[in-house]
Amino acid sequence: MTSFIPPSAVFIAGAFLLPFFKGKLRKFLIILLPVLAFISMHLLPTGNSGLVEFLEYILVFNRVDRLSLVFGNVFIIMAFAGAIYSLHEKDISQVIAAFIYVGSALGAVFAGDYITLYIFWEAMAFSSVYLIAVRKTEKARGASFRYILVHLFGGMLLLAGIILHINATGSIEFNFIGLNGLASYLILLGFAINAAIPPLSAWLTDAYPEATVIGTVFLSAFTTKTAVYTLARAFPGTDILIWAGIIMALYGIVFAILENDMRRILSYSIINQVGFMVVGIGIGTPMALNGAISHAFAHILYKGLLMMSAGAVLYTTGRSKCTELGGLYKSMPITLALCLIGAASISAFPLTSGFVTKSMIADAAAHEGLTTIWMLLTMASAGVFLHAGIKFPYFVFFAKDSGLRPEEPPVNMLIGMGVPAFLCIFIGVFPQSIYQMLPFAVDYVPYTSYHVITQLQLLMFSGLAFFVLLKYLQRTDTITLDTDWFYRRGGQIVVNFVGTPLVYLVNSLSKACYETIPAFLIRFGENPTAAIKIGVDTMGVWADKKMGRTPALKKLVRQKKIYPRSQIKPLSIGAGVAFILFFFIMMFLIILNVI
Amino acid sequence: MKRIIEFMDRPDIRKKIRWILIAILIGLVLIDPFMEKHPVLAVERLPAFYAVYGFLSCALIVAVSKIIGKLWLQKREDYYD
Repeated sequence: MTSFIPPSAVFIAGAFLLPFFKGKLRKFLIILLPVLAFISMHLLPTGNSGLVEFLEYILVFNRVDRLSLVFGNVFIIMAFAGAIYSLHEKDISQVIAAFIYVGSALGAVFAGDYITLYIFWEAMAFSSVYLIAVRKTEKARGASFRYILVHLFGGMLLLAGIILHINATGSIEFNFIGLNGLASYLILLGFAINAAIPPLSAWLTDAYPEATVIGTVFLSAFTTKTAVYTLARAFPGTDILIWAGIIMALYGIVFAILENDMRRILSYSIINQVGFMVVGIGIGTPMALNGAISHAFAHILYKGLLMMSAGAVLYTTGRSKCTELGGLYKSMPITLALCLIGAASISAFPLTSGFVTKSMIADAAAHEGLTTIWMLLTMASAGVFLHAGIKFPYFVFFAKDSGLRPEEPPVNMLIGMGVPAFLCIFIGVFPQSIYQMLPFAVDYVPYTSYHVITQLQLLMFSGLAFFVLLKYLQRTDTITLDTDWFYRRGGQIVVNFVGTPLVYLVNSLSKACYETIPAFLIRFGENPTAAIKIGVDTMGVWADKKMGRTPALKKLVRQKKIYPRSQIKPLSIGAGVAFILFFFIMMFLIILNVI
Repeated sequence: MKRIIEFMDRPDIRKKIRWILIAILIGLVLIDPFMEKHPVLAVERLPAFYAVYGFLSCALIVAVSKIIGKLWLQKREDYYD
């Protein structure tokens, strides 16, 4: 039975055990959990296991095949590196949330049916939002609210699609869907929100840079890549994804170039990199899918590494804006060296992981004869070096000296960065190590002199462009508008647009009901006869004016002035009684007559 | 570690590094006609295509970013406050 413990359970159950331990034992447990999860994952039998009956359905907790294993492997490796990186953190709640988050991501990857997938999908959103909110700044609070709202919306779309799909097919198995009908569109949209496909991407760049040092490291790895996994599972070969991916890749670069916050630059770079994967999934040939999946593997490692180095800078300096940083190479050379390995990998320099994975996607496009797509992908590759490969390390570690001389971060942070850094180079030097894991047999040789030289040409001349155009790339104290404008500023405008007339209406109504009308009634009640007289005279004056006669204005003004006294002489009681008697007699006569 | 940094900080060494990088750039273009090409697409056959295309792409990306950034997207930091 032990062989059926899913790795997600190891992380989630382990996370709840952490608060009961202290000191070295807790640290030991934090490192041990990913190792245990790794072992439990490799003990799982291939195929479906962990079956649980639920209503009339059978849930599949462990669907183990080549595709889910690739993601499972890299998720656990990254969780291991992240765990070491966060050993110094005294706030254990962050590690707990991170482990539940990793466990949920693993649960989603190994889920064989929609219900399990959906449950873990939502668990991911709720555990990850904690990593943002726990930073406890005003900005982080706002960003975490927006983050969870967007993910709840995405979750609703996914759930609606899943219900329609189960209704139509009667099966809850999570497999290839392809685009056909409303259910598939809703599911695709749900996945697209988590994959951060613009215009549904602003949650990522809004929230990730506001998370804690550790939080961002974990966040950068799992949500988007789980979405890449589900897209690869359900929508390979969906044409619209090719263009969606191209837009992602280019959009990420443009925004990363405009951005000032270093972790926001890296967040835009996530969208850019996921764009390459989405293109690969959209092309859908075995080579393209291999490229997309291996790129996801490599990307998790080097983006984790880059986020770790940015986190180390934030940890030691407390700053994250490029305008406030610079010249850190003097006192943080080890961090710089590790960061450069990540920068080289994301730029796909030969001998790094990006070189052996990303090129497969572009080559797959070329082999399908998609010249435009290939040209745009190559342009994006050049742009990656521009923004993530040079801009980030240059402005943080070199450029104008900020005068800051922070020390290197704690040793555990450096070791945590060392793990992915080692793997980035290991994969780059031994590409077979990753190729043999992929779902399809790989017939691709990355190291030909032609490929190496052309790639170096592309990168070196992109670098030249950076330094030639450096004048135009100077950092500015600005933020960049993104589609979150629609719910940050746009929301305000809608509220104003709808709210202002409504508030006015309600205000005037309440003023009428509670002030004007009662005040009038009170005033009227003071002397009804005089008030009626004034009313009649006012109408008379108005009518006189219309008819062109001289109105009796003076009289009216005097009447108003002396109100509630009046000039009408009250009748004596005797006269009143006589009048009433006369009235009754007249009534009596009329009635008699009628009868 | 410190020695390496001090060594790299020397002005003459910095100048040398710059020249080495420029030499690599020139070398990469010069080697282009002599290498064995196996292009998949027609555009790859153009001389030094990757170098030219890489440079132009970056120039285009920077220009486009700067224009839409200045005209539209870049706002003061307190924009949302």
